[in-house]
Amino acid sequence: MEPIAPDRMKRIAWRCRRGMLENDLVLSRFLARRGSALTEDEIGMLDALLDLPDNELWDIIAGRQEPANAAVAPLVAQLRNP
Amino acid sequence: MSLEGRSVAAAASLPMRRFDAVIVGAGGAGMRASLQLAEAGLSVAVLSKVFPTRSHTVAAQGGIGASLGNMSEDHWLWHMYDTVKGSDWLGDQDAIEYMCRQAPRVVYELEHFGMPFDRNADGTIYQRPFGGHSANFGDKPVQRACAAADRTGHAMLHTLYQRNVRARTQFFVEWMALDLVRNADGEVLGVVAYEMETGDVWILQSKVTVLATGGAGRIFAASTNAFINTGDGLGMVARAGIPLEDMEFWQFHPTGVAGAGVLITEGVRGEGGILLNANGERFMERYAPNLKDLASRDVVSRSMDQEIKEGRGVGEHKDHLLLKLDHLGPEVIMKRLPSIREIAIKFANVDPIREPIPVVPTIHYQMGGIPTNIHGQVVVPRDGHHNTPVPGLYAVGECACVSVHGANRLGTNSLLDLLVFGHSAGGHIVAQNYPAQAHRDLPRDAGDAPRARLARLDAATSGESVPEIANTLRKVMQSHCGVFRNQELLAEGVSKVMAIAEQVAHTAIKDKSKVFNTARVEALELDNLIETAKATVVSAEARHESRGAQARSDYPERNDADWLKHTLWYRDGNRLDYKPVNLKPISVDSFPPKARTY
Ligand SMILES: Cc1cc2nc3c(=O)[nH]c(=O)nc-3n(C[C@H](O)[C@H](O)[C@H](O)COP(=O)(O)OP(=O)(O)OC[C@H]3O[C@@H](n4cnc5c(N)ncnc54)[C@H](O)[C@@H]3O)c2cc1C
Repeated sequence: MEPIAPDRMKRIAWRCRRGMLENDLVLSRFLARRGSALTEDEIGMLDALLDLPDNELWDIIAGRQEPANAAVAPLVAQLRNP
Repeated sequence: MSLEGRSVAAAASLPMRRFDAVIVGAGGAGMRASLQLAEAGLSVAVLSKVFPTRSHTVAAQGGIGASLGNMSEDHWLWHMYDTVKGSDWLGDQDAIEYMCRQAPRVVYELEHFGMPFDRNADGTIYQRPFGGHSANFGDKPVQRACAAADRTGHAMLHTLYQRNVRARTQFFVEWMALDLVRNADGEVLGVVAYEMETGDVWILQSKVTVLATGGAGRIFAASTNAFINTGDGLGMVARAGIPLEDMEFWQFHPTGVAGAGVLITEGVRGEGGILLNANGERFMERYAPNLKDLASRDVVSRSMDQEIKEGRGVGEHKDHLLLKLDHLGPEVIMKRLPSIREIAIKFANVDPIREPIPVVPTIHYQMGGIPTNIHGQVVVPRDGHHNTPVPGLYAVGECACVSVHGANRLGTNSLLDLLVFGHSAGGHIVAQNYPAQAHRDLPRDAGDAPRARLARLDAATSGESVPEIANTLRKVMQSHCGVFRNQELLAEGVSKVMAIAEQVAHTAIKDKSKVFNTARVEALELDNLIETAKATVVSAEARHESRGAQARSDYPERNDADWLKHTLWYRDGNRLDYKPVNLKPISVDSFPPKARTY
């Protein structure tokens, strides 16, 4: 498996800074737990999720809404069940 | 557009770009101001640490206060009265009159921009009830909050962002402003900024600079604020020798999830949720026999703090209380409070259907900030005048202190503040006709100070850990400058914070890489957190009275004879000064101070 480019990971880490504390907390805990072990696929999914507006992202994490892009579902499952 | 090409500032040898206006912050305040400038044809750069629509404004749900009178009769003068009273008479009445009179206009303007407000059957904007909003000078409640479902902040940011893109505002996303550039005459000539993607440092030269960096709630351990709220604008002005106003006043929300900060809305207690101490006692019955758990935010916060201080807190460290919901039954919880249940499960690891939620009073909003007048101009005392504008510098939004919130903010008045003063600053700047003026020469030392900070961080091979110091600072602020304050606690807090300030100057980071180096950004943010914390604890220690959000057990009363004045804290010499509160409105009679009872 290709190693993840460190710069890409670092960019994603910064983009986990959000406008809502709920998302900050979930994402920072997730990165602390899984950050260094994420696969290329998972990073792609996380990147796509991070493009969502904060409210939508939180609704998805909280299980009130399913992501429009079904491809990110495996990562959503991880965020929902820490 | 040759002016905006990349060039090198001869004096500073930093890469440089030039604009008419540089705005630091892309929240509601920054984008309201930038819109006006871009539409008037100024070249405008807006910097933001995060994508604009991810600014903290996105978290606001409740609404925007304006006396539209769509639900029942309302008047701006009643809104003004509520705001003056809410401020515990520390708000400046000229600014409050201006804000309340402008409120309907800025709301309709936002509607015209396409903001999807909730509507009445007749098509007018629906308005919600909210604590502290009254008709006829406190007579009866009035519905004054304009909202877009529970997405008011989100809708506002999206509306403003779209309009800005159309008006060709230039966004610098994931750029962090580090310091102001000021010349010997005190004129502000732009900012030094850090581009996160490359690690490069730039000078963004401007004819006018607007700070709109939002709140600094991350100086406290228990905060409802997002991680990016580190008071960067406050640190920038403090380092530039400009004072910070009324920093002792911070609003607490009674029910943040212990250890996480996430806000549990008042609605939970409205539905019948009750607060319990370690003995299982419903202690609010003792403090507020009538309203009990539904008493106002400050009363409930103080009662909770008292319980903890007297040893009736819950948990291993006896440091929180419990919000009990299970008696409402699973149906009510699932139906009316589903999002609260989700928050409790995610952040407190409890299911409120079975167990109570651990909660603590949690920092929510900063009333003080960078002193400004109603045009958004940053003002300082000079030559015997209390409010002399700093040439070329404006501040708007939560980082600014106009002061409309005084010692305590009324709910929904913050989003209003962003719109009204974002708009008025924009108008005032446009009237200066900056495009016709030349850029001033940069001083030779432009950029030296922030570059020295970065160079120190790059060179340091060992030193204090940034996250550890930041956490220590937050804990000290929480325990020494929390809900209830007294001389002993505060004096100790001042010396602890000053000792931490020493450590801040000796931090080190392991990661020295260029691209998106979050460790470096956090070190730079710590420089701003510490200035905000110093201003807060020093101002709080000196104010020997209780007013609004400042509650002192050793001075339990408001003292208008000695303390009806604004605090000004200066970084240099860690010194305080004061200026009078403006009790004179623009066109109506003053509301003289009286007891604040609800
Ligand atoms: C949970 C919650 C709910 C709320 N609900 C309401 C409500 O219903 N009604 C109400 O009136 N108020 C409410 N408030 C308060 C209100 O939301 C805020 O006061 C307001 O949104 C602040 O807006 P702002 O534009 O000043 O700053 P922000 O929206 O915080 O924006 C700050 C901007 O500055 C940028 N920035 C900061 N530092 C730098 C730097 N160094 N370099 C570059 N950019 C920088 C950020 O990236 C961001 O773009 C609520 C607050 C919270 C926490």
